[in-house]
Amino acid sequence: MTYTINRRSLLKASGALVLTSTLATPSILRAQTPTVKIGVLEPLTGNLAYNGNQCAAGAKFAAEAINAAGGIKSMGGAQVELVVVDAESRPEVAAAAVDTLVEAGVCAFTGASASALGLASSQAAAKYDLAQVFSVGTAEAIVERGLPNVFRFTPGVKKITAVALENLGLLNSAAGNPVKTAAIVHEDGPFGSQLAGIVEAELPKLGITIVEKIAHPTPHRDFNNIALRVKASKADILMPTNYLNEYTLMTRALQQQRVDLKAIYSILGGAASNIKFVRENNDIAQYVIDCNHWYDPNKEASKALTASVAAAGLDMTYDVMVAYAAIQVVADALERGASADRKAMIEALAASDFDGSIMPYGPTKFVNGDNVNSRPVNLQVRGDKIEVIFPKEYATIEAVFPRPNQG
Amino acid sequence: MSSLILPAMLNGLTMGAVYALIALGLTLIYGVLHIINFAHGSLLMLGLYAAYFLYHFFGLDPYLAIIVVVPAFFVLGYVLQRGIIAPMSAGSEQNVLLVTLALALAIDNLALYFWTSNTRTVDIAYAYDTVEVLGAYLTLGRVIAFGAALAVAALMWLFMTRTRTGAAIRAVAIEKRGAEIVGIDVGHTYAICFGIGTACVALAACLLLPTFYVTPQVGYTFVLVAFTTVVMGGMGSLPGALAAGLLLGVIEAVGGLFLGESLGQIGIFLAFILTLLFKPSGLLGRRAV
Repeated sequence: MTYTINRRSLLKASGALVLTSTLATPSILRAQTPTVKIGVLEPLTGNLAYNGNQCAAGAKFAAEAINAAGGIKSMGGAQVELVVVDAESRPEVAAAAVDTLVEAGVCAFTGASASALGLASSQAAAKYDLAQVFSVGTAEAIVERGLPNVFRFTPGVKKITAVALENLGLLNSAAGNPVKTAAIVHEDGPFGSQLAGIVEAELPKLGITIVEKIAHPTPHRDFNNIALRVKASKADILMPTNYLNEYTLMTRALQQQRVDLKAIYSILGGAASNIKFVRENNDIAQYVIDCNHWYDPNKEASKALTASVAAAGLDMTYDVMVAYAAIQVVADALERGASADRKAMIEALAASDFDGSIMPYGPTKFVNGDNVNSRPVNLQVRGDKIEVIFPKEYATIEAVFPRPNQG
Repeated sequence: MSSLILPAMLNGLTMGAVYALIALGLTLIYGVLHIINFAHGSLLMLGLYAAYFLYHFFGLDPYLAIIVVVPAFFVLGYVLQRGIIAPMSAGSEQNVLLVTLALALAIDNLALYFWTSNTRTVDIAYAYDTVEVLGAYLTLGRVIAFGAALAVAALMWLFMTRTRTGAAIRAVAIEKRGAEIVGIDVGHTYAICFGIGTACVALAACLLLPTFYVTPQVGYTFVLVAFTTVVMGGMGSLPGALAAGLLLGVIEAVGGLFLGESLGQIGIFLAFILTLLFKPSGLLGRRAV
């Protein structure tokens, strides 16, 4: 049998095909679940890779929870799709990665583990009217530039330091003021230097004299010198601010150089709130206190997150918590604004009074991009757990201060 | 502050021993193959992971892991040189640079992919033990590394000067074509040399693990100072690498004490620049292998 295709039959067939396609397409679209893209900009490689990957995991858990609960209901149950990009622990890469997020069509993004990265990315995002919800970004410069696209959900260095010092004063006075002198050890980047400067100015108001202040680079290979200087200073208390790897080496060196301290009281300590540090260095971690970002462990969403993190074989760190919460904030803004338009997102976030995050905060209220109702908590390592000691309404254990003699 | 100088110097010496151990393999590879091995830090990281996993999965002490890790890394180095670096570089030293750089990128990113960026440490009973020397507390693991650095430098020197393989390596280093003419298998000798250099860095990794952490980025923490050690000691000089490593450790420690830990690093590079200015061949450059 032979078929002949002439011009007329070809036109008929083409017309039928176009008609079929046109009629069929809406039904295909109706069958698809709408999606909305949220960017996650984190340092997945480089020096901050650990924090960045933990944050990316936290964001993923949040997106899964939101989608499982029906997605963004005001947008027809739109599913949250994360666009994860790597800042490589370098500010210039963080800034360039914003272009990738814009091209991918994100409505807003979260990030970026370190202030230096967040400063660069939010500056780059401002020209696109793209909102950045900071999961971690403690440097005050982040909210002092007047950028309308900046939303720092978690507390900054000033608030954290003020709360940490207030709680230190409470602990010290309750114990009969055994701590009279302090040594400060901090990493020499903007985060550690700014924090150390505030502590240096404020600590004398608690009647505690600073007898030593030591800055160190990141990474740093040897902490024996620092331990020797702390020992020679005869400080009662050590106040460190640095990242996980350096914190681990520092506490080991303190032990090896037999530095006798009444307490190690960290502010945004990289390891003191890290269960991995507690697990792998259990002896030296005991009674270490930290003031840091942390979730409310009693909330149902927090319990579910803890279970998900354990099931994934990950460590429950503050990075996971804050990244999870930041995605919750963005999702809430999408719900309220019912739009993925970038400018609409900025307006929705600016007006946010979200009260359902896993963090122990009041309703979100951004003033000049800073969430005035955020707050840090105090934690203490006890046994193989990290317990909450302040604020009292979230406390899971009574603080031990000063720590028992380590000899 | 004066009471801290001696403890700082002694601690610096032990840290310098770690630098020397890492640099010994690097200087051997440069001295013979004229390869500036950018993958050296990545191989250190691999060695740390190998020792870590042997401890984690089999409970093998990092010092005992030496008997497994060092021979394995000799084979790895041999295969890398024979199977990847030599064929891909096609005899061009510029190509070798790029190949080792590519290797470093590949190894680092594969480590990140498979082992994630998690920081890992070993919690062994003697991790916090110290040795008291002249009133200073020195980390036991570092004291062992100090002894090992002296022993390894001596053994390598003996190997290079007293064995037929060592003589072959030196011959290839001095005159490749001449060595070929007298019947030395140059490709095999190159691979042996790369294997020894890689085994050295694996040994350094096993000795470092009890006192340090492991991440996919850990190589970068040491590789810059290792290159500085090699150049300062005299490229290709084993005694030079040992002397420069120890010296840099002391300079870094004392510099950190007086200038602060951030500025103390300047001492390393100041010493490096002064060495290049007044003795461009390095501290013991004339005695290159």
